[in-house]
Formats: sequence, structure tokens, C-alpha cells
Amino acid sequence: MHVSQATNTQHAAETEHVLLHHFGDLEQQRQSATLGMWVFLITEIMFFGGLFAGYMIYRLAFFNAFAAGSNTLDLRLGAINTAVLIASSLTMALAVHAAQIGARKKTVLYLLGTIVLGLVFLGIKVVEYADKFEHHHVPGQYFEFQEPVSLAHGEQAQGEHAQSRIDPRHAELFFGFYFAMTGMHALHMIIGVGILAVLTFLAWRGRYGPQYHTPVHNVGLYWHFVDIVWIFLFPLLYLISRHG
Amino acid sequence: MATVTHAIETRNYLNSDYGLKSWLLTTDHKRIAILYLVTITAFFFIGGFFAMLIRLELLTPAGDLVQADTYNKLFTMHGIMMIFFFLIPSVPAVLGNFLVPMMVGAKDLAFPKINLLSWYLLVLGGLLTLFSIVAGGVDTGWTFYTPFSTTFSNTYVTGAALGIFVAGFSSILTGLNFIVTVHRMRAPGLTWGRLPLFIWANYATAIIQILGTPVLAITIVLVALERAFHIGIFDPNLGGDPLLFQHLFWFYSHPAVYIMILPSMGVISEIIPCFSRKRIFGYHFVALSSVAIAVFGFLVWAHHMFVAGMSVYAAIIFSFLSYSVAVPSAIKVFNWTSTMYRGSIYYHTPMLYALGFIGLFTIGGVTGLFLASLGMDVHVHDTYFVVAHFHYIMVGGAIMGYLGGLHFWWPKITGRMYPEAWGKIAAATVFVGFNLTFFPQFVVGYLGMPRRYYQYVSEYQVLNVLSTAGASILAVGYLIPMIYFLWSLRYGAPAPANPWNAVGLEWMTPSPPPTYNFETTPVVTWEAYDYRKMPAIEEAPVAR
Amino acid sequence: MGELMSEHVVSTKVYIGIWAALMVLTAVTVGAAFIDLGAFNPVVALAIAAVKATLVVLFFMHIYYEHQRIVWAWVGAGFFWLIILLTLSLTDYGTRGFLGVAGR
Repeated sequence: MHVSQATNTQHAAETEHVLLHHFGDLEQQRQSATLGMWVFLITEIMFFGGLFAGYMIYRLAFFNAFAAGSNTLDLRLGAINTAVLIASSLTMALAVHAAQIGARKKTVLYLLGTIVLGLVFLGIKVVEYADKFEHHHVPGQYFEFQEPVSLAHGEQAQGEHAQSRIDPRHAELFFGFYFAMTGMHALHMIIGVGILAVLTFLAWRGRYGPQYHTPVHNVGLYWHFVDIVWIFLFPLLYLISRHG
Repeated sequence: MATVTHAIETRNYLNSDYGLKSWLLTTDHKRIAILYLVTITAFFFIGGFFAMLIRLELLTPAGDLVQADTYNKLFTMHGIMMIFFFLIPSVPAVLGNFLVPMMVGAKDLAFPKINLLSWYLLVLGGLLTLFSIVAGGVDTGWTFYTPFSTTFSNTYVTGAALGIFVAGFSSILTGLNFIVTVHRMRAPGLTWGRLPLFIWANYATAIIQILGTPVLAITIVLVALERAFHIGIFDPNLGGDPLLFQHLFWFYSHPAVYIMILPSMGVISEIIPCFSRKRIFGYHFVALSSVAIAVFGFLVWAHHMFVAGMSVYAAIIFSFLSYSVAVPSAIKVFNWTSTMYRGSIYYHTPMLYALGFIGLFTIGGVTGLFLASLGMDVHVHDTYFVVAHFHYIMVGGAIMGYLGGLHFWWPKITGRMYPEAWGKIAAATVFVGFNLTFFPQFVVGYLGMPRRYYQYVSEYQVLNVLSTAGASILAVGYLIPMIYFLWSLRYGAPAPANPWNAVGLEWMTPSPPPTYNFETTPVVTWEAYDYRKMPAIEEAPVAR
Repeated sequence: MGELMSEHVVSTKVYIGIWAALMVLTAVTVGAAFIDLGAFNPVVALAIAAVKATLVVLFFMHIYYEHQRIVWAWVGAGFFWLIILLTLSLTDYGTRGFLGVAGR
């Protein structure tokens, strides 16, 4: 593990290069950037929060239809994606660590790893979406929903509540939220991958080191946030009423 | 001292660089404030144009100026332009951008480039919305209620909604900038307890911008998705609930009204001590009440939905909470009036606007309590009573605060004095015009005239004619300052650094300030509003 | 050289440990979905998700080591505001139809 030893003049040059004129010192600049990124992430919490609120309300109202819809999602792919995203958070954290200690090659490698894992996630999502298209589960003109046979098991678990018919319109609401929530999440991941690509390039050019690695840290915050959204999406969407 | 000549600082932020690029690519918060000033004034004209058409139509009981569908577009576009493209940016983006760094002793906001991006986003959002207007308009009301907006309206809903979406990000980024600036860039010695109340007000506003606007954003996305792909989240045909839209919409749009009023309250908190030559009464109460308004404002949104079909038990809860949000506002009014008590009052134009604000905001606020009462609301919901209530706050309150602030800080921003006599005339004209426009609307609304209708029964005509007459006077009242402000840029008396002998870091710089604001970072050792140590206000310099 | 004075360098072991914990919790949440806990299924699922999110926020996002207390305040505010949106909406949706009168 090789920690780059920079000379004092190099550090001074780096500082001069990166300290913006309206800040007093690098520490104030770093803290401002970090606080700013956190405040931005709070806006993202409220942005997704609106979707969560709508989803929660309809799920309470139309539980059976939502359970039926959820059961058509591929649990294995969802679980694999969860693992992929958590792993990408690990590589992101390790990338920040590498930048902190000045390990340039490791920074680049871990950032690339994060990108690759992000792309794997998106690839799996494409597979899942394609499956939904095939089954006409996309809300809108061509939506069709047949009550799956497996719901017969659900009848026993639900007790006296006979599941005669799932209203397909309510199932359509489930899929509306499924696509809105996972689609919005995927959009954030695509943007994240794009930003990571830029970051990787700049890291490869030696822009980040122990004195200055704020962008790596803050992009990391964004990436972890996108992971957290999925941590909630996965059980809410995929794991309704899987028992029985 | 009737004639005071001060040379305008030779090198200041206005003349430090020339050319369109130096303005369009600036990162100087003061130049960005000017960009915003020009932009929102243009949007104000557009919104005002629609208001004029509305009032012209309502001169007569019959729908004879425009068709019903057109009238729907008029009040929709008036609301959208005024709320999203004028009021919400106004004080924060113009006065806040200019003053927040100066008041905390900083060279700029925390993120100058993001500040510029904020402005471009407002312009882009405005252009998108204007495109929708020009292409044929929107007729859903600024509230975009579903399922009309999602399923039935055949107007440019998505275009206008996207314009608002983009403008929302402008608002979020401004709030983000202010929060980080206030936390991280205060000058040494400037503790929270010494901050100007204008800063407290803008900080509280920023809280709302950060926590509320994103919910509007996702709501707009859902409306757009429903229009485009018919996914039906708000569609009753699918089991969807139109009230879900209203919950999500008003979760932002109620706190949004506090985005519009809090910064103006901050302006009033600066003007009153200065023109009473007295420290603000109850500084901590005023500061904390700003935050309290921001927080409580998020708990009351469903009072817009009392008759929409929501649960009556929830209505009771929201009605109770709505009464509580009036308390911090009342605290402010008591503190402002207590500040003036035994003060040495000067009646310069900013003070006239501030005094008007206190009276008109109180009327508007108290009528809000009428609306918070469930029984009363059933009677006056969707009538002109509501229209009068919110115009008393938005126009009688927020806009008068904005105008007062523009006058108060005009010397600092431009280095020129506006003509004081004309300032007083315009303020009086605005006050008379405003009351003549909107007080009759309380009466006619209580009598039962519904809002958003282009015709009404003939019994209401006299009051409507009074209202339209008032509107024309109000329009004159707004035009006069536009003229003399422009005039002052060339012919106004050069302004000294501190024409009002006011307390505050911004007054310790030249007028106009240099680009970097302060030669050296100031060290603050004094409390806010220490007017005991300040001399009296001198006669305003006579214009050349 | 070294990091900036106030920034804490978290050891990679911590990160790997947190990652392992997250993987275990993911397995637990999938497994729990197959057990019939009645009304508690969503509660358990959300509780586990909350624990996972907390681990990510505290350690991957460095909140545990964060000097700026105002960051904690804002993160808390964000989640609290989400709770406001959810619970106050539920005061409407949870009590509709109680009166037995249409539209109330």
C-alpha cells in the first residue's frame, strides 16, 4: 500500500489551485460543500417521499391487488440487485478512503468498480422491465392483469377473507407506482453513473489526494443515498405477502 | 444638509466589468440579484396583464369580454406567473441574493456558480411556461386539480407544469445556498443572536424551500406521467384518489405561501427599527417566530381541502393546527408595533410601505383564521372572500414588503437615491388602489360570489366595478416606481454609504459596493439594531 | 502526508464489516417475507430496512464521524418531515367513512 508523499510546494500549489476566492480556508470550503450536498440529499428524501406517501396510501386501500402485483415481480432478481447495490456502496466508500490516503490507482479502480456494479444493476432492471412489458403489466392502454394461480395459497394465509377477484385496475395502480418509483430510482442511478465517470477520469488525472478529495466524498454521499432509496424500495415493492 | 454630494465609488460591482458576457456569466451575487430583478419584473408585467383582463371582464355581470374557456386560462396564467415566477423568487432572489452575503460579512454566497444556475433555471422555467401560454394556454387553475388536469383538460398542462418544475429547482438551489452561507460563512463575532432578522427570515424560508418544493416536483412528475401514459394514479376510474393529488400539491403549496411572506417580514424587521431609531422589540421572539412559521406551516395544508371530500376528523385536526400557525405571525406584529412605541418615527418611503404591510397583513392574516374555521369555510370556500384573503397577504403584505425593501436598499444597490417625494406619492397610491381593489372582494365573496367564474349576478356589479377601479389605481401605483427607479439610475442623487444611518454590515460598504464587498473581513462586536449609538436620519440628498 | 485535521479516515475493516452486516440483513428480510407474521410483515420489513439505512448513513456516509452537528439536524429534519407527510395524510385516509356520511 503506497501512500503518495507530496512535497510542501506541491501541497501549496494544490491548495492555491483548489481554494475558491470567497472561502477563507480549505476546511471552510470542504465543510460548506459537504453541508450543501447533505441539504441537497434532504430534498431528494422529500422528492421520493411523495412517491412513498402515495404508494403507502394505495397499498393500505388495495392490499390484495398490491400483493398480487408484487408477486409477479422476480424476487431473485430484486434480491440480487439489492446485493449489487450494497456492494457498489462498499466500493464507493473504499474509493473515498483511497482518495483520502492518496492512493490514486486504488481510487480509480474502486470508482470503476462502482460504475460497473451500477451498470449491472441497471442491466438487471432492463431485464425486469422487459418481462413486465411482455406480460402487459405496463400501465396504460395495453394493460392486462390476470390473477395469478399462486394466489390460491394466499387465500389460506389470509384467513376468512375470500380472495375472489383482484380488481385489475387496482393492480394497475401498483404497477404505476412500481414503474414510477423504480424508474425515478433508475434515473438517479444513470445520472450517478455519469457523474462517477467524470469523477473517475479526474481521479485518473491525479486531481484528488489527501488535501482535496471533496468531490469524491460528496458524490459518494449521493451514491449511498441512491442505495438507501433502493433499501426501502425492495421490501416495499417485492416482499408483500410472499408467504404461504 | 440639503445637498450632499458623494462621488460614486469609482470601482464597484456595476462597472468592474462591461459587456453582456460579464453579466450573463457572472458569479457575483450582486449582479445575479440584478438579473433576477429584471427577470421577475418582466414576469410581473405578464401576470399583471392577465389580472387586467380578469378585472376588465368582471366589470360587467355578463361574460362578454372573453369566453368561459379563455377566462379559465386568464386566472390560471395570472396565478402561475405571479406565484411561481414573481412572488416566490422576489425577496429571496433579488434582495436576499444581494444582501445575505453582505449582512454576514462574506465575499459571496457559498456556491456562486450554483447561484447563477438558479437564475438560468428560473429563466428556463419561465420560457417553458410562456411557451405554453403562447401556444394556447392552461385552464386548470394554478392548482392543477385532478382529474381535470390529468384526464380532461386539452390545454398545455404538461408544458406549464414542467416550467414550474424547473423553476422549483431554482428555488431549491437558492435556499440551499442561503443555508450553507448562513451556517458556514458568518464573519467572526457574528453569532446567531446578532444576525439581522432579514437573515433569520431568509433562513426560515430556505427551510421551506428545501423540505417542501421537492414534493411539488414529484407531484408534477406524476401529473405529467398520468397525462402522457395514463397510468392513472389520480384517476377515479382506476380506483385512484383525486384527493391524493391535493394532499401532495398542498403539502408544498401551503408552505409556499410562507416562502412568499417570510422574506418580506424580514424586510419589515429591518425597516421598522431603522425608521423608529430603536432596537427591535423582542429580537429573539421575532427570530424564532420565523422558524416557527416555517415549521408549523407544514402542518396545516389540508385546510385547502375542507370541502373536497376529506375525512371530517382530519379536517378538525387541520383546522386546529391552522389556528396555531397564526400565533408566531401575531407575535411579529406585536413586536413591530412595540418597536415603534416611543421611537423616533420617520416617514420615508420604506417606512410607509412597512406601515402599510403591518395593517394589511393583519387583515389578511385574521381573515385566514375565518377560513380556518370549518363552519365558516363551508360558506366562503371558493368565493371571493378567499381571493381577497390571499391578496391581502400576497399583495398587501408580500409585495409591499418587497417594494419597501427595494426602496430601502436601492441606494446601496445602485448608488443612487430615488426621488423621495415621488416615493411617498407612489406608496400612497398603492395603498389606496390596493384597498379599493380588494376590500370589496371580501364583501362580495361573503355575499356569495364564486371565484374563477367569468359572470356573476347583477347584485355584485357595484362592488366589482369598485374593485376594477381600484386595480387601475394600483397599476398606476406600481408604474410610478418603475419609472422613477429607472430615472434615478441616471439622474438620481449619488447615495452615501449609509443614507439612513442604519445599523448593519451592508451599510458599512460604499454605495454601490465593490465586487468583493469588504476590504477585510469585518469582525462583529456589536449587537443587532443598536440604534442608540446612531445619529438621526439626515435629509435625503436632493436630486441633481 | 495526512488528511485534513478535522476529517476522520475510517478504516477499510469498518466498511467491510458494515457491508457484511448489510448482506446479512438483506438475507434476513427476504427470509422473513416467507414467514407469515400477519400484520407485522410490513413492520418487520420496514424495521430491517430502517436498520440498514441507518448503517449506511452512519458509516458509509460518515455521519458517525461528522463534526458538523448541523448536518445531523438536517438529516433528522428530512426524515421527520417525511413522517409528517405520511402521518398527517393518514389522518385523512385512516378516518374516512367513520361518520357514515357520503363524502366525509
